[in-house]
Amino acid sequence: MPAARRPWNPFRSEAEAYRFLIVVAAYFAAIVVASVVGGRWAGLAVFIVLSAAGAAWLLVRDRPPAPEPQVPVRQTGAAGEKRILVVANETVAGRALHEAILQAIAAEPAEVLVVCPALNSPLRHWTSDEDAARERAQRRLDSSLARLSEAGIEARGEIGDGDPLQAMEDALRTFGASQIVISTHPEGRSNWLERGVVASARERFAVPITHVVVDLEAESAGAPVAERAGDRT
Amino acid sequence: MSAHAHADAHGHADHPPVANASSRVNASVLGMFLFIASEVMLFGSFFTAYFFVRVVNGYPWPAKFDPNLGHSFHLPVFVAGLNSAILLTSSATMHWALTSIKRGNRTGLKAGLVLTFLMGATFLGTQIAEYSRIGFAPHDNAFATIFFCLTGLHGAHVFVGLTLLGFATTRAFRGHFSAEHHHGVEIPGIYWHFVDVMWIVVYTTVYIL
Repeated sequence: MPAARRPWNPFRSEAEAYRFLIVVAAYFAAIVVASVVGGRWAGLAVFIVLSAAGAAWLLVRDRPPAPEPQVPVRQTGAAGEKRILVVANETVAGRALHEAILQAIAAEPAEVLVVCPALNSPLRHWTSDEDAARERAQRRLDSSLARLSEAGIEARGEIGDGDPLQAMEDALRTFGASQIVISTHPEGRSNWLERGVVASARERFAVPITHVVVDLEAESAGAPVAERAGDRT
Repeated sequence: MSAHAHADAHGHADHPPVANASSRVNASVLGMFLFIASEVMLFGSFFTAYFFVRVVNGYPWPAKFDPNLGHSFHLPVFVAGLNSAILLTSSATMHWALTSIKRGNRTGLKAGLVLTFLMGATFLGTQIAEYSRIGFAPHDNAFATIFFCLTGLHGAHVFVGLTLLGFATTRAFRGHFSAEHHHGVEIPGIYWHFVDVMWIVVYTTVYIL
């Protein structure tokens, strides 16, 4: 598998900073030469053309290779035991999700790990202010595990990274899942669906993935809850 | 199936659950981003002033003869050009120093650092000498203020770079650094190259265009 190319970053090392210096020197030299030879407008034209070419080069070069490599998953469970990784945040206590888990473990013994990503605002993420997000995620997880327990499901739980894909990858490194269940809000209200988390997970992980849609508003209004968006491997 | 559920033992009664550091922003990375942002804003504010003086207000650059002050405003383009060549060459010697130590060549490291330091000091000394002979002062008019602010701000960065290079050079002569461990040279090197990048921008906009 070819190694993924690292994004260009002149701050990473002295060698890259030096290359950046040479590029900047050449860029400004071209603008100055054009200005001296062809006047102000020629200099401006060279500035625009070189800037556009540089931006295009950066966009093309730094585009991640598609599709992303699948993360190898270790099967660490006992022989014949199903291992289900459930990833959910606000919907972690939804009845539809619990029904889907019950259905998944009905036929054979299973171990269930519920991962609740600690979603955070971008500003708080950049300042590593995660405590409140993790507290909220922990409360939701505790509530969900209590409900699963009432339903007779043996499960354990973890707080995951704020990025759901990263949370799945982290969990898969220690929990060799045979199936992943991702729970989201319905289309239109789900930030994860808008970001393509389910589709990305299917590209990235070599595990059957079930997407469960939980409509918390409908559940609280007493409407039928079970809605499976699709099973795919 | 046993009807039993349990959470991991996070012990979150007294404090939040243990953080998972997978995609957390590294403190040093965040610090570097904040430093770069502050530098961009600092130079950006002076370049904005330059833009308003020269482009928006159409002020002649350099300023014309002022009968009230009794002198004209000429920029030492040639001397500054030579100084630019010295500074760019100092980046090449800095790169040579790093390349040398990566190959285990301590002599190349020391020679490269000394040359870089000397050329940086020459640049700064020449700039100070030019200030004393340039014939106008920061308080004369907007052109003079912007000129001294932009070049002086860059000069201050060169001074900081020279200080870092001084530490690295001293350490190199004391036997520090190896092919595997040369972080103390790498960081001043990155800083030095960016000081040079800024000079290219300053020299081009203030002296040439």
